[in-house]
Amino acid sequence: MSRFDWLPGFIATLAEERVAILHSDPNRLAPAHCLLLDAEDWGGGARVASASGFRWAGLWGDQIGDRLRIYTVLAHNGDYLVLMTEVSLQSPVLASHPPYFPAANRLERHLHDLLGVNFKEHPDARRWTRHCAWAEDVYPLRSDFPVGGNSTKQRSSDVGYPFERILGNGVNEIPLGPVHGDITEPGHFRFQAAGEEVLSLEARLGYTHKGIEKIAVGRDASGLARLAGRVSGDSTVAHTWAACMAMERAAGVDVPPRALHLRALFAECERIANHLNDIGGICNTVGFAFAQQQFGRLREQLLRTNLTAFGHRLLMDVIMPGGVYRDLPVQWESIITPQLSTLSRELEDLLDIIDDHSSLKDRLIDTGSLNAEMAQMLGVTGYVGKASGQDFDVRRDHGYAPYDGLEMQSPCRTQGDVAARLQIRADEIRASLNLIDRLIYSLPIGPIAADWPQSVHSSEGLAVVEGWRGEIISFIRFDEDGRVARFFPLDPSWFSLPALEHLVLGNNLPDFAICNKSVNISYSGQDL
Amino acid sequence: MSKIFSKIWQTGTLTEAPPAAEEIETLGKEVKRAIEQRLSRSLAIRQVDAGSCNACELEIHALVNPYYDISRFGIHFVASPRHADLLLVTGPVSRHMETALRRTWRAMANPRFVIASGDCACNGGEFSGNYATCGGVSRVIPVDLHLTGCPPTPNDLMRGILALMRKEQPQ
Repeated sequence: MSRFDWLPGFIATLAEERVAILHSDPNRLAPAHCLLLDAEDWGGGARVASASGFRWAGLWGDQIGDRLRIYTVLAHNGDYLVLMTEVSLQSPVLASHPPYFPAANRLERHLHDLLGVNFKEHPDARRWTRHCAWAEDVYPLRSDFPVGGNSTKQRSSDVGYPFERILGNGVNEIPLGPVHGDITEPGHFRFQAAGEEVLSLEARLGYTHKGIEKIAVGRDASGLARLAGRVSGDSTVAHTWAACMAMERAAGVDVPPRALHLRALFAECERIANHLNDIGGICNTVGFAFAQQQFGRLREQLLRTNLTAFGHRLLMDVIMPGGVYRDLPVQWESIITPQLSTLSRELEDLLDIIDDHSSLKDRLIDTGSLNAEMAQMLGVTGYVGKASGQDFDVRRDHGYAPYDGLEMQSPCRTQGDVAARLQIRADEIRASLNLIDRLIYSLPIGPIAADWPQSVHSSEGLAVVEGWRGEIISFIRFDEDGRVARFFPLDPSWFSLPALEHLVLGNNLPDFAICNKSVNISYSGQDL
Repeated sequence: MSKIFSKIWQTGTLTEAPPAAEEIETLGKEVKRAIEQRLSRSLAIRQVDAGSCNACELEIHALVNPYYDISRFGIHFVASPRHADLLLVTGPVSRHMETALRRTWRAMANPRFVIASGDCACNGGEFSGNYATCGGVSRVIPVDLHLTGCPPTPNDLMRGILALMRKEQPQ
């Protein structure tokens, strides 16, 4: 099957449905294809895309003078289609996408809170990212809003957020957070429960909102890479890679093959370290501390190898625009190889023990189930999607260097429960160990970075990579001076949070901890 | 069960094996001495993420892994600020966490200590000077010790706690 062979058919369907395409552009955000729609047809485009089986994958806006340009990303068989439209700053009104794509709900609310786009007939008009730190009628991402804000006085907490309530005999409401009992990120969860059974769960995030999109403006390429590495600390490699790839596409920079291999090596190390952490964490939430200690040990060994080989335990700031900062150390055979072979052997021992432990399996199997249909509707990717029959991996299906030159295996399971999400992580660690082996042995010789061009003029770039949590999309626009004018990093947590809210239903309250750990959302990655 | 015991037996006690652990051991003992003198043999920590990128939390988590295992020095993490002696704060303090952080601090009993952990917590770091952050923990609550690093490693954290214990009692 070749790339975009479905596109002519889709364009014909749009024409039949009287959705006018103002411009069709394969180059602007290549390898994604852009279609410019009339603002009037924004809802129609989504309707047709939904009927054609697209996955809704992202949304952001960008202020260009007195107009707002809106982008939506749709995914189909590993191809990406970007729908664009423009509205005026005076009346920024668009049709809402959630009626066709439920996944669009919170990103539209985020876009409204930050840029002031009004979505007509949105099913949920409550604020999302905004709490009380700025007024309802000002929008931080607009160019007339000062970076430092309008006021520095202390703001009250997010009082009066209208949670949806369930009323009835025996129903109780349980608030949790933002300061939790564990070492974890701040977020609020509101449960409605009847006895032990969870009737509904509503998450309220935004607590870690730190203005990432605003402070990206005006940065140079390396400053932006640093910022992207701090969108979500556990995905620092993946976010930096995505941002750098978007900048390189915008600036027309070719990254040396050796640097691409090294980036993939970092990304796979990051994937393994996080999965080890999660497997141990899931077991620990049901009291199987042995696994946490053992997997914590393996993770610590890997982090120490990262430090020795590449200079940072979590691999922060190892990727730079145009390449990488760190090369494979010359004595890699004594640093990395023994570590990986030990890891590979010990992993199997431990998974064997987990598999043998029936009381552990009893807690994990059939807990927090998400069926394939729901997973597809919510547009989840990564281990949450792969455990629920969504056989999609950006590395394999979209194919970006260096993965396009390697035969990629990606696991997929259909049970959709906590046990399946744990198994997918184990499968992915095995696949990554295998990949690392091949990446090192096929490492091309040559430079590890290309020079960043002196002048980059008004250009845009879009990149999609497979982070350890799932699909990460990054958008960059440079202004005429080569400074960043817009940066939008899209973390898969936007999609896995609604999945968590759904999969916990009908489970008993204490099992929320396991469900939550098995989905492991980055609050920072989605609060921005 | 036999497999578990055999694995534990094979793994052995990690804290003595690697060379880096010697430093941890010395550091830990010093921390323990300080805690014994100052806080009746135990230090309870309440950690608050005030808008960090979660890298700081990953390293704080590492403190309880078998290599560092800080609980053997009488240091443990608690769920309630009412039980805590030390508030370990990460992140630049997002405006959305400002009130929650202040309330957590107020809930603590005296004597109470505050460590601002990580570059963001010290001065806002990468996120200073913008509409959504306060630009550091000391802008919101009194801080006893600033601990730099992005993120501070488990050894840095251990050193920080030790340094704090050596400081004079806060007013």
